[in-house]
Amino acid sequence: MNKSAICILDYGSGNVRSVYNVISQLTSQVHISNEKKDIIASSHLILPGVGAFGAAMEKIRKLIPLSILENQIFGKKKPFLGICVGMQVMATVGREFGEHNGLNWIPGIINKLETDELPLPHVGWNNCIFKKESAFTRGFTGEPDFYFVHSFAYVLATVNNNSVIATTNYGTDFCSIIQKDNIYGVQFHPEKSQKAGKLLLTNFLST
Amino acid sequence: MKKKRIIPILLLKNGWLVQSKEFSRFQNLGNPVTSVKRISEWAADELIYLDISRDNSYDLRRDDLGHPNRHTIFEILDDVSKMANMPITVGGGIKTLNDIQKRLAKGADKVAINTAALANLNFVTNSAKEFGSQCIVISIDVKLFDNVYAVMSHYGQKRTQYDPVTWAKLVEKSGAGELLLNSIDRDGMKTGYDIQLLNSVVSAVSIPVIACGGVGEWSHFAEALEKTKVDAIAAANIFQYSDQSVYLAKKYLYEHSFPVRPPDLMLI
Repeated sequence: MNKSAICILDYGSGNVRSVYNVISQLTSQVHISNEKKDIIASSHLILPGVGAFGAAMEKIRKLIPLSILENQIFGKKKPFLGICVGMQVMATVGREFGEHNGLNWIPGIINKLETDELPLPHVGWNNCIFKKESAFTRGFTGEPDFYFVHSFAYVLATVNNNSVIATTNYGTDFCSIIQKDNIYGVQFHPEKSQKAGKLLLTNFLST
Repeated sequence: MKKKRIIPILLLKNGWLVQSKEFSRFQNLGNPVTSVKRISEWAADELIYLDISRDNSYDLRRDDLGHPNRHTIFEILDDVSKMANMPITVGGGIKTLNDIQKRLAKGADKVAINTAALANLNFVTNSAKEFGSQCIVISIDVKLFDNVYAVMSHYGQKRTQYDPVTWAKLVEKSGAGELLLNSIDRDGMKTGYDIQLLNSVVSAVSIPVIACGGVGEWSHFAEALEKTKVDAIAAANIFQYSDQSVYLAKKYLYEHSFPVRPPDLMLI
């Protein structure tokens, strides 16, 4: 397993500590940083996230050296994982509190879940329905439950089918696991998803 | 399909885990950190951690339990979040945005706010703007006065002007992400949830409601899931009585075909 140095990108997101805690259970080589040298020295990169799309994008643009990061992801092909809002910001646009441009790494639109009468936010454990095989989801059988906390998500119809690894239903089907080459995103919180979350993160570190 | 959450609540008073009856009598249950480890192993869906200390002393005082003395809720939270890969809500004594920030930085996912919201509704709005609605749980303590429900503040000691439905709608409008609805009259009574109270609030709001207060047997969880549309069922005391309690509660509900996660055990 190549896990020489895991860099959890630091831009003041609320769940950094929880992501750090669970990755620490898998490897000792993990740090929280937004410094160029740590991003360059890393083998894997993780972008955590909670809260609103626009606020997250603003902080990411301000605090993370994006051209260095993009070079590592698209040039060096380092595995990258976006969690929750960290997944959403990879889209083209996000429509939470106005319209905000995303990073456009995996094209698509982030919009509010159309849930009819179900309460929002979507809080709790829900199952993933796998649509495509990936090394990222190796070892899972059936439809494993993960922990979600969100009101917005990748609108399925706006995502290239090849990128949809799993969907989840909450009033509507949305994209819960996305992948394009070495770039991965999950709408749920693997750091809060006990055994299933740990297996997924172990798979990520093995890619 | 989304599963109904089964949530143990840990009550902390001056550094000790306690049991509560009608918000007024407390029995010491021991070290809170040891208990969190046990509950983590039983794969609870989530954990709510309420500090009901009336002052700011958290000294555990005993070294014989194999843990060093802890003096603040933050140190306890530090331990908890390292052990438990599960969602944690923390409540008790939260009055400022900084209070929230400090708890999130230590690994909490959500905070439960009660008295501070009743004192100033803008605090709910400001908290939701700063940290997102998903982070803000409003804890509502309710007591019956001659068949009239009233929202209580200050750990259930002071009656407010609000009835639970009015208050629930107000905090929802102000940006609350979830409600933790607790019946003081049922607290520690083991007679089951106040179904009428749950239904009145659930039908008035469109954010998730967590039921609390009164569970004395597993069938009380089932009753709430059958008769109400609550999003989650919580309890404190019952989870402290027996070994593997959370696992057994999930098993009971799973075998009775309720939409819950399959029972599981994790070794930590």
